[in-house]
Amino acid sequence: MSMITHHLAPDLAAQLGSLALSALMAVAAGLIGSFAVMRRMVLAADPMSHIALPGIGIALILRLNPLWGALALLLLGAVLIWAVERRMRIATEAVIGVTFAVALAVGSIITSGEELIDALLGAPGMLTPWEVVFGVVGSLIVIVFVLRERNALVVRLVSPEIALTSAVNVARLDLYFLLAFALTIGLGLRFLGVLLMGSLIIIPAAIARRFARSLSTMLTISVVVAVACTAAGTYVASLAGRPSGPFIVMVAGGLFFLSLLRRREA
Amino acid sequence: MLEGGGRLRNALEVEGLAVRLGGADVLRDVSFSLPQASCLAIIGPNGSGKTVLLRALIGALPHSGRIAWAADTVFGYVPQKLDIERDLPLNGRDFLRARAALAGSSGAMQSEALRSVGLAEEVLSTPIGSMSGGQFQRLLIAFALLGRPNVLLLDEPAAGIDAPGQAQLNEVIHRLQDARAMTVILVSHDLSVVYQYADHVLCLGRHGSCFGPPRSALTPEMLYQVYGQPLRFHVHDHSSPGS
Repeated sequence: MSMITHHLAPDLAAQLGSLALSALMAVAAGLIGSFAVMRRMVLAADPMSHIALPGIGIALILRLNPLWGALALLLLGAVLIWAVERRMRIATEAVIGVTFAVALAVGSIITSGEELIDALLGAPGMLTPWEVVFGVVGSLIVIVFVLRERNALVVRLVSPEIALTSAVNVARLDLYFLLAFALTIGLGLRFLGVLLMGSLIIIPAAIARRFARSLSTMLTISVVVAVACTAAGTYVASLAGRPSGPFIVMVAGGLFFLSLLRRREA
Repeated sequence: MLEGGGRLRNALEVEGLAVRLGGADVLRDVSFSLPQASCLAIIGPNGSGKTVLLRALIGALPHSGRIAWAADTVFGYVPQKLDIERDLPLNGRDFLRARAALAGSSGAMQSEALRSVGLAEEVLSTPIGSMSGGQFQRLLIAFALLGRPNVLLLDEPAAGIDAPGQAQLNEVIHRLQDARAMTVILVSHDLSVVYQYADHVLCLGRHGSCFGPPRSALTPEMLYQVYGQPLRFHVHDHSSPGS
C-alpha cells in the first residue's frame, strides 16, 4: 500500500492509506448493515461477530495471522448458521445466539490475555501487505454483492415465497448474504475488533432507518454515516493516541442517540 | 416432486400430494388437474392446509406425491397478508423496480401493471409498510404481473379489505385473467366469489376433499363434510361461472 509513497512521507502515506482502507470497509459495513437491519438481524450481528474468537485462538496456537483464523471461523459459522436454519427451520437469531455462546466459551479457553483484548477491541499498528489486500478485495466483494443483488435482497426481504416465484434462488441468496455479513465482520477485525465491528455494521444502518423512506436513501445514509463515523473516530483516536475502534463506535452510538431526538412521521 | 411437464396439456396436474409439517399430516392424498386459463378456488376451514397447498405448489415446502406444471409456466404469487413493518424503508417504486429488474421488464410495464390493478402512481413513493391493506394487495398483484406470469396464485387476496374493496379486487383479478388468459389459483373463504369466478373448486376439509365445478362439487352435504357444520349461502342465478 505504502510502497509508492514510502520515500516521500511514510507516516502520512501509511495513515492516508489506512484511512482509505477503513473508509472502504465502512462502505461495505454500511451496505450490508442496511439489509441486516431491514432483515431484523440487529441482535444477531453482535453475537455473530464473536464466532471469530475460537478462530483467533487456533491461529495463535498455530502461529498464523489471527485474521485468517477469525475469517475461517466466521465463514464456517455463516455456513453452519445457514445450514441449521434451513434444516431446522428456526429463526436465524436463535441459531446465531447458541452458536455464539459455544464459540465464546471455546474462544475464551484457547485465547488469553492481551491477544484476547486485541481480538475484541482491535489491534493498533501497521497492516501487513496481505491484510491490505484482504481489506480491499473483501470490501469490494461485499460492496459488489449488495449492489448487484439488491433487487433479489429486496424481494427476499418482503417475502421468501415471492422471491422463489421471482426466479430468486432464496437458499443460495441467504447463504451469500450470511457469508458477506461474516466477511464484513472479518474486514473490521484489525480496526475495531470482533466486539465492535458488529456495531459499525448495525448502528449506521439503524440511524439510516430512522430517516429513510426508500431503499436508495437507506443505503446512502447508512454508507455516509459509517464512513463519517470511521473517519471521525479514527481522527479522535489519533489525537488521543489510542486504538480507533472504541472511538468509532462511540461516535456512531452518539449519532444514534442524537437521531432519537427526531420523531418519526406517523 | 415438482416438475415441469414437457407434454402436459393441463396447466397443472397434482397426484397423491401429501405435506407433513412438524410431525403432523397437513395435506394427504390431494389429486386434481387444472386446464390452461381456468380459475381454481381452494376453500376449506382454518387449518385445513390451503396456504400449505399453495406453498407446496410453488415449491416452497417439501412434499411427497407429484406436482407437474406445464413446461412454459411462469408464476405470479400473491401471498396472504404480509407483516410489513411500518418503518421499512422500501417504497412502491423500490418493490416494483426490484421485480422489473429480475424479470427484465421495462419502466412502461410498471406503469401498465399499476394501471391494471387500479393504483395511482403516487404509491410509487409511498413506503410499503404505510400502505392500506387494499393498496398493498393491489401492489402485490402489480408486482406479480411484472413477471409476465401465465399462472397467478393468490392466497386470500381480499383478506382484511373492506367489502367494496374486496369486490373491486375480485373484479381486477377476473379481468386480468380474461385479458391475459392466465390460469388463476386462489384461496378464498368467500363462497360467493367461488361461485361467481371459479371454474373449479378444491375443498380441503378435515374429513376429506372434493374437486370439480362449483355447482356440482359444492353440495350442502360436501360443505357440511368440509366445514363440519351446515353452511347456508345463496347462489345468484344471473351470475354464470366464469362471467
